[in-house]
Amino acid sequence: MTETAPISAQHRARHFFSRLRIGLFGSVANTIVTLCTLALLAWLIPAFLKWAVFDATWAGDQSACAARAGACWAFVSAKLRFMFLAFYPQELQWRPVAVILILVTLFSASALPRFWRKELLSAWPVAVLACWLLLAGGYGLSPVSSNHWGGLPVTLFVWAVCFASATPIAILLALARRSRFGGLRTLSIIYIEVMRGTPMVAILYVAMLILPMALPGAQFDKMIRAMIMITLFWAAYVAEVVRAGLQAIPSGQEEAATALGIGYWRTMQLVILPQALRLVIPGLVNLAIGFLLATSLLAVIGIFDLLNAARASATDPGWLGFYNEAYFVAAIVYFVICFSASRYSLWLERRLRADTRI
Amino acid sequence: MKSQGLIRSVTKSAIAAGMLATAAFSAPAYAGPTLDKINQRGAIKVGVGTTPGFFAPDSSGKWQGFFIDYGRALSIAVFGNPDKVEFTNSSPQQRLPALQSGEFDVLLSGVTVTITRAFKLGFHFGPTIFYDGQGILVRKDLGVTKAADLDGATIGAQSGTTGELNVADFFRKTGKKFTPVTIEDTGQFIAALESGRVDAITQDSSDLVGKRTQLKKPDDYIVLPERLSKEPLAPAVAGGDDRWLEIVNWTVNATIQAEEWGITSKNVDEFLKSEDPAIQRFLGVDPALGEAIGLDPKWAYNIIKAVGNYGEIFDRHLKPLGWDRGYNRLWTDGGLLYSPPFR
Repeated sequence: MTETAPISAQHRARHFFSRLRIGLFGSVANTIVTLCTLALLAWLIPAFLKWAVFDATWAGDQSACAARAGACWAFVSAKLRFMFLAFYPQELQWRPVAVILILVTLFSASALPRFWRKELLSAWPVAVLACWLLLAGGYGLSPVSSNHWGGLPVTLFVWAVCFASATPIAILLALARRSRFGGLRTLSIIYIEVMRGTPMVAILYVAMLILPMALPGAQFDKMIRAMIMITLFWAAYVAEVVRAGLQAIPSGQEEAATALGIGYWRTMQLVILPQALRLVIPGLVNLAIGFLLATSLLAVIGIFDLLNAARASATDPGWLGFYNEAYFVAAIVYFVICFSASRYSLWLERRLRADTRI
Repeated sequence: MKSQGLIRSVTKSAIAAGMLATAAFSAPAYAGPTLDKINQRGAIKVGVGTTPGFFAPDSSGKWQGFFIDYGRALSIAVFGNPDKVEFTNSSPQQRLPALQSGEFDVLLSGVTVTITRAFKLGFHFGPTIFYDGQGILVRKDLGVTKAADLDGATIGAQSGTTGELNVADFFRKTGKKFTPVTIEDTGQFIAALESGRVDAITQDSSDLVGKRTQLKKPDDYIVLPERLSKEPLAPAVAGGDDRWLEIVNWTVNATIQAEEWGITSKNVDEFLKSEDPAIQRFLGVDPALGEAIGLDPKWAYNIIKAVGNYGEIFDRHLKPLGWDRGYNRLWTDGGLLYSPPFR
């Protein structure tokens, strides 16, 4: 940016339009892409509007919807509670709603660099425990079996807890993989490669079927078993991202720290990791988006995450077969979360680059 | 290589441990480990699926359906209360191992009784509560009324299922031609049928009936009367607890016997005055039978009062979806449902 003088609104508008023109029609290839996109939109949007607005049914029951060709939003309003909270008892539904609020607040706070302090680190276990208490009950709250949990709180909770617990394990794995001790290094490599070479569905089946048979004494809750296995699985992925960050730090820094007499752990904690983790934040956000979508695999072990609850809501004989509407709602929720995460990642990248610029 | 060896040995030891565990659990056959667990827990754990009419959550998040009512009936038989039952959804791949591992006390998820499941997996099956079979759903304008008349039709089947093989066998038998179209996701069956990509689709008829109601013009399609396979659906329990199996057996039998006698949830109280000694034993007016088998003498009365007889359960959940009783009529009406005597 060379312009330092204040830019008038008129000038800015002209600037915007000229950039738009260059962007859309600047070259032959751009023009072709623009025209194709416009044609595609012209073809899709009217059909979508016809389905979603003009032919849609906004109130009534199944038969009212069946009489019209468009979307059945009456179905969504009848099933919204089920899609978001699934089997959670209706009279206690403030609890999963509170869980959603707590987690969203926690995510927002964690996303802003101004909150990146020690307190935030201790806020995480507190918030997670509070969410668990709210969902499971106890201490005066009536207990609710994890069998009845479902919908958005489960999706967000599993995502948050597993990602947060995978990160420390991943850091240890990444350090071990770069360790001088051959045995430790080999173990870490084996662990990471085995986990990354296994589909998440297989991991979930292990959690569901092999664990209870292998540990007959320990009758863990299904949700806890699944969360432990997912954490161990995600840790392998996060470890590789963290390792990329570690490798980006010049080895001179570690050598300098050693020369100053700083021990290994202090060196990692004070010199290497703060820089390495900062470098890989965009990569971690990218992983987090992928993991959010992967939580829908919980359906294979019968947990009603958001997507599975949306699907199941269309199997009610009173509202049979409105899969398009159900999936549409789920898609919007996933999109909102993923899109904000990816915009956030871009913003953070710019900001961190500005911070580290010399 | 190294890591593969590791996986293999880990898997091996896990499986070995699992087998040991199963053996330890299932050894004392007479002690009734499943029933002990149920009583200790105060609830029956039931594995279910999600198929409209058979098991589906309603808008308030409660399970409803044909098999769900049998879960409630079991809860009444054991606890005298229809709500001491926990339904857990599980995918088809996961159901049978979950029953083996003790995750469920009973599967009411539409398991087909087969010989390998009985011998190799060690499951016990209760009475068949639903006679299903693979059917064919066709467009009416093909002018076909029975499957043997289908010639040159394009038929969609789910890839990798026995449905695909059964339909090929069927056409080999009739000597007619057909073009198979394999469809990965059953959700696409309807689109394929409505767009004319296929003339017919084949699946278990329990699924087809549900699918038909999702079509824009259901009346333009019919489910052909033939069944290409036998799919008797029955409750399944793990081996090793005979008493629990008998409770499952006789809970189902009670709903069938009640229909045979014409006892419904509405008129069951009038039957308490019946002079028929068999009905008196059945409803617990004469408590001798209940005392002899160690159940609440009123257990059958309570079940009929709360969930109704077989016909009522069927009519409540499956009739609205367009199901015909078919094979699932009483033996006295030419169907296959038959309860052994209650004495």
